[in-house]
Amino acid sequence: MSEAAMKQADSSAAIQLIGMHKWYGDFHVLRDINLTVERGEKIVVCGPSGSGKSTMIRCINRLEEHQQGQIIVDGIELTNDVKKIDEIRREVGMVFQHFNLFPHLTVLENCTLAPIWVRKTPKEEAIETAMKYLERVKIPEQANKYPGQLSGGQQQRVAIARSLCMNPRVMLFDEPTSALDPEMISEVLDTMISLAEEGMTMICVTHEMGFAKTVADRVIFMDAGEVIEQAPPEEFFDNPQSERTKLFLSQILHNA
Amino acid sequence: MAIVKTERHPELPPPTTQTGVVGWLRENLFSSWLSSVLTIVAIYVAWQAMSSLISYSFINANFAGVSKEDCTGTGACWVFIKARFGQNMYGFYPEDERWRVNIGYVLGAVGLFLVLSDTMKSKKLPAIFLFGIYPVICYFLFFGGFGLSQVETSEWGGLFLTLVLASVSIFVALPLGIVLALGRRSEMPVVRMICVGFIELVRGVPLISVLFMASVMLPLFMPEGVNFDKLVRALVGMSLFSAAYMAEVVRGGLQAIPKGQLEAANSLGLGYWQSMGLIVLPQALKISIPAIVNTFIGLFKDTTLVSIVGLLDLLSVVKAGTTDKNWLGLATEGYVFVAATFWVFCFGMSRYSIWLENKLHTGHKR
Repeated sequence: MSEAAMKQADSSAAIQLIGMHKWYGDFHVLRDINLTVERGEKIVVCGPSGSGKSTMIRCINRLEEHQQGQIIVDGIELTNDVKKIDEIRREVGMVFQHFNLFPHLTVLENCTLAPIWVRKTPKEEAIETAMKYLERVKIPEQANKYPGQLSGGQQQRVAIARSLCMNPRVMLFDEPTSALDPEMISEVLDTMISLAEEGMTMICVTHEMGFAKTVADRVIFMDAGEVIEQAPPEEFFDNPQSERTKLFLSQILHNA
Repeated sequence: MAIVKTERHPELPPPTTQTGVVGWLRENLFSSWLSSVLTIVAIYVAWQAMSSLISYSFINANFAGVSKEDCTGTGACWVFIKARFGQNMYGFYPEDERWRVNIGYVLGAVGLFLVLSDTMKSKKLPAIFLFGIYPVICYFLFFGGFGLSQVETSEWGGLFLTLVLASVSIFVALPLGIVLALGRRSEMPVVRMICVGFIELVRGVPLISVLFMASVMLPLFMPEGVNFDKLVRALVGMSLFSAAYMAEVVRGGLQAIPKGQLEAANSLGLGYWQSMGLIVLPQALKISIPAIVNTFIGLFKDTTLVSIVGLLDLLSVVKAGTTDKNWLGLATEGYVFVAATFWVFCFGMSRYSIWLENKLHTGHKR
């Protein structure tokens, strides 16, 4: 606990999870998660399916509720206080596996909705910002189309732009490429890499080990609701310590 | 040896037997021996039915004249409808004051057109007019005030009363239904219990009994001296009844929206009401359009049940006319007229809903 208290004092951290636990009913899904993410740090979270990776990052913006321990985002502790939850959600962007674009709004409206309604940005300014980010994800020409008219890769890039329009300090990626056709994965990963190069704080749940090797400062391996191993990518891939990590790596790299 | 295709196959038009009128006929009406026979039989039956209907209501029908004696043709005696047209349309609303109702119609039609069609770019102003100002105007216009003589609601009747009942109930039922549907899905147990209780209670009883209760029991709950108008009581009953149905229709739509939509809205920092109002409800209402309009149509026709509490809607006025001793034996004409009138309104709603569905279709199919 003294170590935890020390970590809490560390105000430079973007995200801190301290002794966090979560249950679904009787099922103990997350067990004693301790994780500190520095500003600008890129973390890749991997692990077998059902290991709690997604649940963990969904706790960070309170899409899931944790029952024990602390989550501190940008100096604000997540509690039941709705105001604090909204404050954190404004600063934390999230990209989902299934994009979750709003199908009844155009690409541009998807990007301007939250800035206009949440940040109260004037409409013209919001459109300008949205176009800037759509250009960055290389699809400004699709701005007036509906999400249903775009390919999966394009939709995911719109989803990234939509999050960026809120100027978040942290981006969470929940398996952003697992629902995509193989030829579209690289366009999304390229967008994420360029985002990482600009110094965004990122936590990515992904199975793209190439991406992990290129951008991650740290790779985190989870299994059965626990963080088993954390290491810089070179160390993680070349010299994994735990047996479970070795088994997992042998399984996924065998196919790669 | 590898086989490599180097040239692209040229684009060819489809075979002529598959396109155009011939192609359509062949595919849809005469695709097989059985289908051809069915097509011919169906055309014959339709022709028989239509031809007698047309000769009854138009070719052999009587339009000119003032009394039953003028009806000499073998078809329908529309003179009956014509002679009593004023009463069918306005009930016992004083003849000299009927222009007030007509102005109400015109204003309503203009407002409705501007809100429902695409002519205005921003619908804010017409919506404020139709849902905020128009009801107030109508109240004074129809009921009286500001120098207009008072017309008691007991004198209202005919199609006018039917339209008042239908539009007020629709106007109240949709928003109330949405609130009830959201309440039923609320995480707050008390809110949820109240909404579920209301919906299940009201949905579980026939409309007639709701109207009876509104008419007979509501006054019992009110303090001495407070007496609601009979029409208001019927309106309250009908609105609450349809709201319960509407709530279930909207709930169906809400359940069809993937959870990810709400999560995405939340993750962007939108609060509950913003997420609902901007993300979930627009999609949920869109997919519920057919069911919502279905409820509207049902509600529109159910207004005829108010005759049970002594209000003279279109059906009851026409029915009363058939017992007029000068026009005995013309019940068929009366009911055909009522049916046709209802059909026009209901068909209009149905077409509008189809147009709206197509307009709101944004290239994503579920």
